[in-house]
Parts: sequence; structure tokens; C-alpha cells
Amino acid sequence: MHALLGENGAGKTTLSNILTGLYRPDEGEIRLWGDDVEFHSPRDALDAGIAMVHQHFRLVPPFTVAENVVLGDHRDVGRTFRLHPRAIERRVSELSGRYGMAVDPRARIWQLSLGEQQRVEILKALYKDARILILDEPTAVLTPQEARGLFETIRAMADDGRTVIFISHKLHEVKAVADRVTILRRGRSVATVAASDATPRSLAALMVGREIALGGRARGDREIGESCLELEGVDADGDRGVPAVNDVTLAVRRGEIVAVAGVAGNGQRELAETIAGMRAATDGTIRVAGRALKGGDAREAIGAGVAYVPEDRLGTGVAPGLSIADNVVLKSYRRPPASRGPFLLVRKIRELAVGVMQRYDVRASGPDVPARQLSGGNLQKVVLAREFSGEPVVLVAASPTRGLDVAGIEVVHDYLRDAAERGVGVLLLSEDLDEIRALADRIAVMYEGAIVGERAAETATVEELGLLMAGGEEAR
Amino acid sequence: MIRIERRLEQPRWLTVAVPVVSIVVAFLFATLVLLATHHPPLHTFKRLFDAAFLDNGAMTETLVSATPLAFTGLCAAVAFRMNLFNIGGEGQLYAGAITGATVALLLAGAPSPVVIIAMMAAGAAGGAALAAIPGLLRAFFSTNEIITSLMLNYVVALILDYLIFDSHSYLRDTSGFEASVFPQGKNLPDAATWPSWTVHGLVIPLGAVVAVALAFALWGLYARTRFGFEVTVIGDSARAGRYAGMRTRRKIIAVMCLSGAIAGLGGASQDGDFRHQLDPRGLTQANYGYAGIVVAALARYNPFAVLLVAFLLGGLQNAGFTLQGADFPNGLVGVLQGLILFCALGGELFVRYRVRIERRHKPVAEPA
Repeated sequence: MHALLGENGAGKTTLSNILTGLYRPDEGEIRLWGDDVEFHSPRDALDAGIAMVHQHFRLVPPFTVAENVVLGDHRDVGRTFRLHPRAIERRVSELSGRYGMAVDPRARIWQLSLGEQQRVEILKALYKDARILILDEPTAVLTPQEARGLFETIRAMADDGRTVIFISHKLHEVKAVADRVTILRRGRSVATVAASDATPRSLAALMVGREIALGGRARGDREIGESCLELEGVDADGDRGVPAVNDVTLAVRRGEIVAVAGVAGNGQRELAETIAGMRAATDGTIRVAGRALKGGDAREAIGAGVAYVPEDRLGTGVAPGLSIADNVVLKSYRRPPASRGPFLLVRKIRELAVGVMQRYDVRASGPDVPARQLSGGNLQKVVLAREFSGEPVVLVAASPTRGLDVAGIEVVHDYLRDAAERGVGVLLLSEDLDEIRALADRIAVMYEGAIVGERAAETATVEELGLLMAGGEEAR
Repeated sequence: MIRIERRLEQPRWLTVAVPVVSIVVAFLFATLVLLATHHPPLHTFKRLFDAAFLDNGAMTETLVSATPLAFTGLCAAVAFRMNLFNIGGEGQLYAGAITGATVALLLAGAPSPVVIIAMMAAGAAGGAALAAIPGLLRAFFSTNEIITSLMLNYVVALILDYLIFDSHSYLRDTSGFEASVFPQGKNLPDAATWPSWTVHGLVIPLGAVVAVALAFALWGLYARTRFGFEVTVIGDSARAGRYAGMRTRRKIIAVMCLSGAIAGLGGASQDGDFRHQLDPRGLTQANYGYAGIVVAALARYNPFAVLLVAFLLGGLQNAGFTLQGADFPNGLVGVLQGLILFCALGGELFVRYRVRIERRHKPVAEPA
């Protein structure tokens, strides 16, 4: 059990991509079981026994579990023209039984929860006899309870003689699971330490190259004012047309940070989109600063002062193929100074972007760099900078730190606190309880589209919230 | 063993190199065809080139072929900026030719500038109206615009035939005996003839000038206006567009209409610059709309490159017409055009993927 720890842009993903044959190294050699190897494609790596479970699953939703598992396999059954579903299903159940991963081989992927889908990804790797498994932030989509189950599975695989490389940002996880930890910083391997000798503080220091305060709750004195976002009995449908948000009533006051906790896929994304006007509410009302919104109209929501940091940064939060400059004015291009009448003021837009990049410390070679090439943290800075520049009344932030490194998380948290201090009502939707506890004044828990409980941040415990998130009975 | 792998980055030079190499490869294939049919390849290509660009009056004829290709090429390129595939340039050009000719006949007796401007407006409106149909369907019902716009081509082609061959419409010439035996469109009034300019023997029609101006205007529209910004954002990521509060549906309809208007303008230019009557046979046989898609693809949807490619392909087409005859390989130009398209589309593969040739796999030792 080896953990890989490092800031975003430190090279963890690049390194894993080299190991799995997606990228080729410019220099140096990779030795596998003592032999030099050279991978040209993921298939070479798979043949050599290296498999990766990506953060975003690579599964085919309409296919069954067994079909997904055999996909891309080109040995025995995968090699023949005919599929042998029974044999595959048997082998899949056998594997899932052995490692304690309950999943029905005949279920179709779209019917499964994210936790179950992850098990399918791991089964896929095991099915191909992977000796080395790379897991990229495997706990990001899991409840604390599910994560514990995953750790047991990982243990069982390690006991079986397999090597597991575990990529994570969560220090306590790394400490709990790994035997050894390698820390990467700016593309270099800084240190490899035994997990038993390390403390979260020492790991964090190695990661960023300096001491940082962990869990420091610089709450400050925030003036909590009148309510600026009110939801009343809001219902909304998901992408498949089935109800995803169910009778949500919630209020956010100026200067307050309200967190909505919940496991991904319980209607948080749909709720955020409904508030931001990207999705029409099927019932209920949304009021911003006392004014009711028609809903389903993003321009109206923007005009009313709703800033939205979407979960899907690349693709929704920015147009990935366009430059940083274009993305900085993505919402303000209609007004001066970005445009005059129907015409864009291209030079002015560049100036604005350069200013934003300096103020928010966006690291890129210039404002013309396509957004796609930015690292997660820098991309989020661009999104936040744009959203704050619109002088918002309410800021809706959906998983704003997902996939960011410790330093990036710190920056985002500071921005959110700043926003609240300036009198913006912040609605934070997140799965990360540490984050929620560090920021929020109030915590609402969302499960299957409904708010199943609300707690004051001071009194809520992780266990209690975890239970609510997993759909457990409301703890008393 | 040959393997095809996805490229992680697409180098810039490839976007230029691929079309150029595609054309070269197309000519190499054509060489094989010529050798197989016992024609001297170099001599044939030289004649082709002479007839396209060097012979007396060749450039003038090339411009005649290139002008409609520039319009239909811009039509396809404009829509593609928003990831819309308007395959209906063909039908939209017909529609523009119909409305343009109608207006010209209606305005008989009006001063020439009025007639010409009215023809342009009517042609653009006709093309836009036709393109609005797939646009509306796409915007409100997510219908695939490739299919709807393609199908409408046949509809308009049939209407075109009907107007001249199967009815006594306003556009048909019904005077005299000859016109009833050989149906054809009414001759447009002299005031509807678009002006041209002669520079050193090269005749530049008004349509060609309009196409060039249009390319500049479109570049400005896309690079320098809010409208262009919205189109670019939505083309890159429709979700990001919705997130920013852009009206994606309206934009789809607007872009389709703009695209159709350009093809329609090309149709009006056919009436005013070259044919001087509604000419169903000539229009349907020329396949300007489909060739325009090839032009746009080879030009990688850049308006200025569309002009250049339209000029080159126009030359090829013109040479094909001029050299038609017993001593010139029949259908060579068609074969060449097909090969160029084939190679250009095949070449796309190399922009996105790289090909690796390797020996057999070295087995990796498993641990004991």
C-alpha cells in the first residue's frame, strides 16, 4: 500500500498516466519487477499488470457489470468472437466475493450508485489480473462508511500480494491506509516516508514545502444580515426527467455560509443548477434578495446577483477551448468595459484578464492560454475571480475544492470566507465533511433530493452527519 | 504490427500540413489512375493547370466556378463554428436563386442598383428561411440538423424543377413555340445583370467581390462581436454557454439562418452574375452546395482559407469543363475531387491520432 501525495500540478496524475501508458516519459526508465519496460498505450500497461481506477469512471452506462468488466480485455474470453456471459459473470461474482465487494454482475451500470460503480472499476482491474492497482482519489465519491469498506477491500488486495498505489488529498486517509507515502512537489519526489512515522501535519508540510495551519477555523467576525436567498418547497427534475430535488426549503442570510452536505448524486447538483437558473424548478419559489425568480433562466439569475461555481469546472464553469481572457468575461461580455454595443473590446478584455490573473495569482504564461491547459487550482481561481467580479448577492459553490491540492483548497476557502465577510450569502454544496466543518455556520444534509436534517456547525459531529448522508434515521 | 494511438496534443503545423499533404496524395492516386488508363500523368496535370489558371481567359472562368463555391464554403464554415453541420447549402442556394430571380422579374423597370440590392436581400432571405427549418427543429426538438438540412435539398430541387418544367409558373418563359418545347426560365431584365470589372483581361464579377467582403465581415463578426463570442462559447461548450446565460436556442436559429443566407446570396449571384434566368438544370448539376462542404472542410472553417480553397477547387472544376473532350480523360476532374475529399477526411485521422509501427510484443515477466 503506497500512497502518492502532492499538490495539484505536482505531477501525481502525470506520473500515473506515464505508469499506465497514457503518456510517454521524455527521459528516464521504468522498471517493472526488475525489467525495463516501455509503455506505448494503456494496453501495454494492462498487459504488464498495471491498472488504474480513474477519478471519473470509464464505464459504459447501458452495459451490465460483467460486460464492462470484460471490456477491453483481449485474453481468453475477451479474445474469442463470442462472449460467454455466464463464465464472465461467475468469475466476477467470485472476485467480488473474495474481496468483499458486493455487486450484482448482471446489473446495468446506470442503475448503480457511485460507490458500486467504483467497485466495478476495481473488479475490472482485478479481472485483468492487475498486479499493480492505481486508485486516483477513490474516496472522493464515497460516504465515510463506504470509504471504510473500500479500505478493507484495499487491505484484502494488499494481503493477496497485489500492490496498491493510492492517490489522495486527504491526509488522514493516507495515514490510515498506506504503508508508505511518497510526496510529490512540483514534479519532484520530495520524500518517501513510512506512514506510521508521519503525522498529518508533517505530511502537509512536505507537500507544500512549508508549515500550514490545518483546520484553522478563522471564522472571524461576520455580520449576519437579512436573508438573501430563500428557497420554499423547491422541486426539480434531473437529467432523466425523474424528480431529483424534493421539497427543499432553505434560507441563506447575508454574511452566512450554509453548507449542504451529502453524497454526490443526491440532488445537490440539480439544486445548485436550479438556483443558478440552469434548470427550471417544477414547484416552489426561489427568492434572491426578496425578489422571486421566474427560474430556468441563467441570465435572470445572474442579473439578480447569483454567482455560481459549478461542480463541473471544465465544460460548464469555463469553455475549455477558449482563452483565459474569454473565460474571464464569460458572464460580463454583454456590458462595458468588455464590450460597447454589439462589439467586443478585445484589447480591453485582455487587460481585464491580465489584471485578474495578477490579483488572483492565476499561473499561466498569458491570458491567451486555453483554459483546458490550466491545472485544476488555477482554473478554479479563474472561475472564482469571475464570479466575485460580478458583485454577487449569493454565491452558490458546488464542490469548489474537488480535486484541488491543499494550497488550492486553502485559497478557495479564503475566498469563500472573504465573500461571506463582504456580506455575500454563501451556499456551499460539498461532500467533504472536513471542508464543511471548517467553513459553515449551518449544515443541512441532503439525501435523495430532500433535506433530511439541519445542524448548527458547532454542535454537529462527523458520525451524525455521516449517518444522515447515508440515509440513516435522523439521529436525536 | 501497426497501432493507432490517440494524440494527446494536436500540433499546430499539422492543421496546415494535413490539407496540403492530402492534396498531394490525391494527385499521386490520380497518377495511378492515369497510368492505368494509359494517359501521360505529367502532361495531363500540366494541361489541367494551364486550363485552370494560365490559358487565355482561364482565370475569368475559374472565378466563375469559384464564386459559388466561396458562398457555399462560407455557408458551411459559419455553421461549423457552432458545431452545427449545415449540409443544406445546396438547397439554400437554390432557394436564394428562386427568390432572387422572382424579385428581379417583379421589379422589371426599376433602376439597376435597386434591383440588384433587392435581389441580394431576397436571395439571402430565401436561403435563411429555408435554413431556419432545420435550425428551429434543432433548437426546439434536438433534431439532427445534418439529416433535416440534407433532406430539404431534395425538396427544393424538386420545387425548382416544378417551377420551370412542370408548371406554368411566373418564373417560366412561356412566350413562343420554342419555350414550350424546351422549357426554361424567363430571361431576367437587363437591370438585373450584376456589374463586373475587367482588370488586365480578368473579369471580376460582383458576386466574387461580395464573397470576399463577406469573408472579412464574417471574420469580424466572429472575432470582434458579442454575437461571435456567444457562438464561439456555445460551439466550444454548450453547457458553458447556458451557464453564462446565453440564449443557446436563439443562437442556433440565428447561426443557421446566417449560414443559409450566405448560400442564398450565392444563389442570387448565380442569377445576377452568370445565368440571367432561373436555370434548374445548371444549378442542380453543378453541386455547388456539396462542393462547398468540401471547401469548408479543407479550409478548416477559416473564412479566408475558404476563399483560397474555393479558388483552387474552382480552377479544377473550370479545367474539367474546358478540357472535356475526346483527348482528355473523361471524369478525371470528378475523380480528383473525390480523391481530394477522401484524402482530406482520411488526413483528419493523423491530426487526432498517430500511427506507430512496432515489432511483436515483448512479454513482460511476471513475478514468481
